[in-house]
Amino acid sequence: MAMILKKLYNWLDERLGLKGIYDNILDRPEPRGNWWNTLGSASLFLFILQGATGIFLSVYYTPSPDHAYDSIQYIMDGVAFGWLVRGIHHWGATLMVVIVFIHMLRVFVTASFKYPRELTWLIGVGLLLATLGMGFTGYLLPWNQRAYWATTVGTQIAGTVPLIGEFILKALRGGTDLSALTLQRFFAAHIWMLPAVLAGLIGIHLYLIIRHGESHLPTKED
Amino acid sequence: MSEQELSRRDFIKVTTGIVGGIIGAVVGLPAVYYLIDPALKSGGKEAWIPVGKLEDMEVGKPYPFSFTRVQVNGWERTATSHAGYALRRSEAPNDLLILNSRCTHLACTVNWSETAQAYLCPCHDAKFSSSGDVLDGPPPRPLDRYDEFRLTDDGVLEIYYREA
Repeated sequence: MAMILKKLYNWLDERLGLKGIYDNILDRPEPRGNWWNTLGSASLFLFILQGATGIFLSVYYTPSPDHAYDSIQYIMDGVAFGWLVRGIHHWGATLMVVIVFIHMLRVFVTASFKYPRELTWLIGVGLLLATLGMGFTGYLLPWNQRAYWATTVGTQIAGTVPLIGEFILKALRGGTDLSALTLQRFFAAHIWMLPAVLAGLIGIHLYLIIRHGESHLPTKED
Repeated sequence: MSEQELSRRDFIKVTTGIVGGIIGAVVGLPAVYYLIDPALKSGGKEAWIPVGKLEDMEVGKPYPFSFTRVQVNGWERTATSHAGYALRRSEAPNDLLILNSRCTHLACTVNWSETAQAYLCPCHDAKFSSSGDVLDGPPPRPLDRYDEFRLTDDGVLEIYYREA
């Protein structure tokens, strides 16, 4: 049995380069670490968790003003473990914003954004913004009073931009008012556009981290 | 594996594997249950549906009736109409034949025709006898029957209905 597995592994490794992937991603040299250095991995884990629970939620959720609220009530009361899946997605979202933000603070405080990691930092800023966008678009989807008015206020704030404010407001809402179009486009942004942006940026972010390695904590001489 | 041989690296690997496995199981197993939940529910609600007063039904002449059931599928309520014919075959109060007027071919509604003395389906010219047997046309089997029925004390005929 072990022989067969070994052979199968060798066959796959020869073609996929599994050992190379393992060495470069999971077995790469690290500076003497501390728990603050794990926040990026925590963010990645939360992204995957949010993606998985989000996919499961989309099995029962429907983004229409007539049924959005009812479909979530159904997830909470009518489906086995619906409360758990939605609960993880709900609290995971809050936790992800917090963790991503602390991750950014740590990188700033330890000056890890300096040469040659400026691009890692810039892409990280993009990831932070996309994460906040996920929070903003996801908040509307339950289509309850809080969601409705939070989005009314949020889009109104975006509308205060000089000159192009009104255009931004209409583009966000899909018209002058908060409507079915708003819900639909927030849903599209929440499950397709922003996750695609996040996944792409995470890919580059990880590549850069593997390329440059993790930064050492600055010493007195730095 | 004795404790001396377990290196720091292996300890981390094993711990990560175990903790990851637990997290995966805690999230994964409920997720599977969550997905297949609708298939595990038995939807069949049942009810006794009043059809009409027995004294209003002429012996030998099919008595049409209809009723509406509201079904709840998830967050959606759908009203479905049902119809049928109750036929008193004799004066005996229990000698009844109750047919579902849903055509067994493609589910159109059949109507009793006095002139033809048969149930006619408007869609594909199916023809059923007063006892529901196929006389002509494409239906694969006779009209469905409501086999369970009862008479209340004040003479109202009720049929037993169970959701599919």
